[in-house]
Amino acid sequence: MSGAAVNVLVEIRGVTKVYRRGRERVEVLHGVDLDIPRGDFVALMGPSGSGKTTLLNLIGGLDTPTSGSIVVQGRRIDQLSGSELAAWRAAHVGFVFQFYNLLPALSAQRNVELPLLLTDLSAAERRRRARIALTLVGLADRARHRPRELSGGQEQRVAIARAIVSDPTLLVCDEPTGDLDRATADEVLRLIQMLNRDHGKTVVMVTHDPKAAEYARRRVHLDKGVMTAEPVSW
Amino acid sequence: MRYLPLLWAGLFRKKARTILTLLSIVIAFLLFGLLQAVQVAFESGADAADAKRLLTTARYSIIEPLPMSYLRRIEQVPGVVGVAYADWFGAKYQNESNTFPVFAVDPERYLDMYPEFTISREQREAFARTRTGAVAGRRLADRFGWHVGQKLPISSEIHPKTDGSLDWEFDLVGIIDAEDPAVRGNTDMVLINVAYFDEARQIGKGKTGWYIVRVADSTQARSISAAIDALFANSPDETKTQPEKEFAIGFAKQIGDIGALVTRILIAVFFTILILTGNTMAQSIRERIPELAILKTLGYSDGKVTALVLAEAMLMLALGGAIGMGAAVASMPALNASTGGRFPPLFVGLETWLLAAALAAIVALVIGLPPALRANRLKIVDALAGH
Repeated sequence: MSGAAVNVLVEIRGVTKVYRRGRERVEVLHGVDLDIPRGDFVALMGPSGSGKTTLLNLIGGLDTPTSGSIVVQGRRIDQLSGSELAAWRAAHVGFVFQFYNLLPALSAQRNVELPLLLTDLSAAERRRRARIALTLVGLADRARHRPRELSGGQEQRVAIARAIVSDPTLLVCDEPTGDLDRATADEVLRLIQMLNRDHGKTVVMVTHDPKAAEYARRRVHLDKGVMTAEPVSW
Repeated sequence: MRYLPLLWAGLFRKKARTILTLLSIVIAFLLFGLLQAVQVAFESGADAADAKRLLTTARYSIIEPLPMSYLRRIEQVPGVVGVAYADWFGAKYQNESNTFPVFAVDPERYLDMYPEFTISREQREAFARTRTGAVAGRRLADRFGWHVGQKLPISSEIHPKTDGSLDWEFDLVGIIDAEDPAVRGNTDMVLINVAYFDEARQIGKGKTGWYIVRVADSTQARSISAAIDALFANSPDETKTQPEKEFAIGFAKQIGDIGALVTRILIAVFFTILILTGNTMAQSIRERIPELAILKTLGYSDGKVTALVLAEAMLMLALGGAIGMGAAVASMPALNASTGGRFPPLFVGLETWLLAAALAAIVALVIGLPPALRANRLKIVDALAGH
C-alpha cells in the first residue's frame, strides 16, 4: 500500500515519458504530478501534442512511464509486467475511444461480451451481463446489430457498454465525442456523466472541446508536457 | 470453445476471400485423400505381407518355373516351419478384357500359409478333396456374380490341356474373403487345385511358379533366405528368396513408383497452398492490427492474442481439411464402381486421416506463426495511433 490517501484512486508522481524516434529523444511528459480522487470526473485538456493522450495511456496501463510512479487503488502499475498489466486492465479499467474501435465482424452483443471472455463466467452469464450493459446505454434492441448497422452515437454507446460490462473502477475516455455531432455528443457525455454520478465510476476524459469538458467535475490542463490544474465548481 | 465466435468472425470477416482460400485448402486435401487412397491400394500387397513369409522364385525371372522336388528340401531348412507353392495360370474369363490372377495351389498348404484369408471349414475341405475344385475371392465373385456350386469356365493364356485346348473348367466350391480392408483388396483372384491342374496340363508338369516359405523367427529371414538359395546354387534352377514385403514392393514398382509420384504431386500442391494461404493469412492479420490492439487494450495478454491468431489458422485448416477429406471419402464409392473391380478397392483409412490431421496442423503452424508473432509484438499505443 502506498501512502496515498484512501479517497485517492489515481496517484501520479514525477511521471516523465520519453519516446525515441530514430536518434531523436522526445520528452512528452515532464515530471507530471496528479491525484484523481475516487468518483472524480476529470477532463484532461490541452492543445495537440501537449501529452494528454500519453498521460491517459499511462493512467489506463496501456503504456509505462519512463520515470516516476503511477499508483491506482494502492497498486504501482508502472512496475507491472506486460501480462500483469493486461490482467489489471481487464479487471479495473474501461476504455472509450474517439473512433469507437468496435470489432466490425461481431454484433453489438458480442462486442460487449469481449472483456467477459477473459473471466470464468458462463456463456449465459456473459450474455446476461452484456444485455444489462446494453440496456444501461439504451441499446438493448440493437444487440444483434453489427457496428456498420449502427449510427456513430450508437456505436459509441456500444463501446461504453463494453467499457463498463466488467464493472471497472476507472473509465478512461479518449476524445469520446470527437467524431460525433453536437447533439449526439451531448447524449454520450450525459451517459458518461450518469455513469460517474449514479454508478460511482471514476472518469478520466481527454478532450479539447470546452463544451465536453463542462460535463466533468474538474478540468486539468496540460501544455507541453507540464500540468496546470484549474478546479471547476460543478 | 468460448473464443469460437471471435475466431469465426475473424475468419469470415471478408467472406469471399476466406471462401476462396478455404476452397483451395479443400481441393488440396481432396487431392491428398484421393492420392493417398491410390497409394494405399497399390501398396496393399506389401502392407498385407507377413514378415514371417518368404518368397522363393527362380533366380533370374519370376516367370521361370521351379521343380516341385524343391518342396521337401526347402522344408528341411532349419527355421522353416511351413512351405506352400503356387503356379501362374494366366486366366481369361468370357472375353479378353476379363483377366485376373488364377493360382494353382495345394489347398491345405496355401490356405495355411495365408491365414488372413477367411473361408468356411466346409468349403475349405471341399476345396481340398475336389480335384477340379476352385475357390474365388470375394471381390471377384461379387464382380461376376459367381456362386458356390457353379461351373467355372476359364481359359488359360499359358497352359493348354493335354488335348491342346486352352479352355478349362473348374467347380467353384468356396469363396475366400478377408476382414482387413487391405487384404480384402487382394481377393480378386481364384485358387485352383494343383492336383487336377498338374495332371491335366500339357507342359510344365512337376513344376511350380514359386514357393512361399514360413519361418519361425522373422529376424532369421535373411539367413534362411540365403540358406535356401545356397541349396540350389549352381543347379539348372537357381533360386532367389526374399521377404514377401520386398517382393510385393518390387512387383508394384514394375508399374511405377506410385509412392514417389504421389509424394511429389502432394509436395507441389501443399507448397502452393502454403504460399497462397500464408499470404492471405498475413494480409488478413495486417488489416486487423487495430482490432488486435483493441483486444490487448481490453486485457487480452500478448500470449492470448498470439494463440487466437494461431487458432484462427488452425480453424481454417481444420475446416478446409475436414471438408476436403470428407469429399474424398464421399467420392470413393463412385470411384470404386468406375474401376469395375479391376483395381484394388480405394478407401481412406485411419492412417490417412491421421496424416491429414498432422499435415493440417503443420500447414496451420507455418502460415499462422509469422502473423501470430507479429500480433505478439504489437504495441497497443503504436497500433491505436496507426503506426
